[in-house]
Amino acid sequence: MNTRGLRSQLKDSVPVTGMGPQVGAYGVQDTLRSGFSSVKNELLPSHALELSEKNFQLNQDKMNFSTLRNIQGLHAPLKLQMEYRAARQIQRLPFLQSSHLALDTLKGNDESISFEDILNDPAQSEMMGEPHVMVEYKLGMM
Amino acid sequence: MATLSVCQTQLGGFSFENCKRNAVLEAEVTKLGCRMPAARKTGTTIVGVVFKDGIVLGADTRATEGMIVADKNCSKIHYISPNIYCCGAGTAADTEMSTQIISSNLELHSLSTGRLPRVATANRMLKQMLFRYQGHIGAALVLGGMDCNGPHLYSIYPHGSTDKLPYVTMGSGSLAAMAVFEDRYKQDMEEEDAKRLVRDAIAAGIFNDLGSGSNIDLCVITKGRVDYLRPHDMANKKGVRTGNYKYKRGTTGVLTKAETKLVLEVVEETVQTMDTS
Repeated sequence: MNTRGLRSQLKDSVPVTGMGPQVGAYGVQDTLRSGFSSVKNELLPSHALELSEKNFQLNQDKMNFSTLRNIQGLHAPLKLQMEYRAARQIQRLPFLQSSHLALDTLKGNDESISFEDILNDPAQSEMMGEPHVMVEYKLGMM
Repeated sequence: MATLSVCQTQLGGFSFENCKRNAVLEAEVTKLGCRMPAARKTGTTIVGVVFKDGIVLGADTRATEGMIVADKNCSKIHYISPNIYCCGAGTAADTEMSTQIISSNLELHSLSTGRLPRVATANRMLKQMLFRYQGHIGAALVLGGMDCNGPHLYSIYPHGSTDKLPYVTMGSGSLAAMAVFEDRYKQDMEEEDAKRLVRDAIAAGIFNDLGSGSNIDLCVITKGRVDYLRPHDMANKKGVRTGNYKYKRGTTGVLTKAETKLVLEVVEETVQTMDTS
């Protein structure tokens, strides 16, 4: 049964994308990767801003690209996205901190400071990923 | 949880991990009859006025934490750029961090353009940031400065709306201060008149609002000159005791005197040099 369809028939609830059950390779909850599931945790976000913040950068990019496409034609967002993709590949191994210098320069993040640079800096995080597992995941072996 | 960090890249910025835990804790605490600690607010009177050659910004200096005065002399007029200053009301940490972030961004922006930053740029940056967080950042600001197009004054609300006006007031004492402005504001005032008007408006907020108090700070921004007058006026000086309640020597008569010598012998003597430079 499609759980998404069930949820949208609940009264007083708005279907919230991005909070659905994390389905793994076989169509069920991937307990190994995303932990135990709980309906209450997944139905509603824990804070009003949680979803909008998670998708903020994506939505900004989509908006900017569509504006660019309307003004300058399809070639402009196409070329930019090609450059972003190339810059995103210049990285260290997944469990190490990479500087994302080229990507930041392209996106203009080198000339602005926001809460992403001050709070919760990933370079200062207390947990390190398990190196073998992370490389296997990145190479698609897992 | 270590496996979770494999699949999702670590992002900076706000983390909402503890929101559900906090909600549960708050429910538990209210069941016991206590209250969660309140954030420190500036419950304030801040004003700004445009006069003939520039801007005068004014603020009181009291920071409250619930019903207690947390800081008797805090500084609410924040630096944004050499020609732009911003007064902040609302949650103290939010105004502090927002103005610092915007100040850094404006500095980078002005280095990139090679020009003095404009007040409209600071206004646009602040309103876009506050709207992004939908009012959860409780910062109500009065932004004023002098740029190539003349003096500008904006008021910015926590949800991201802004107003460009010749005189603005914000904070819990804003109604008292606005009453003074509505009575005595004139266009193209002189600097001394503008300073006196702002001083009176803040004094009205201080004496009629519980959330504002202590001294009056002023900031006068004109072309090429900024006067940061802190404190401009100490409206609430702590009183001096009128009487001296110490007894004079000889008030009590001496009946007898007995002297006992304490015998001490020197066991060890050490010399430690002190760096008095």
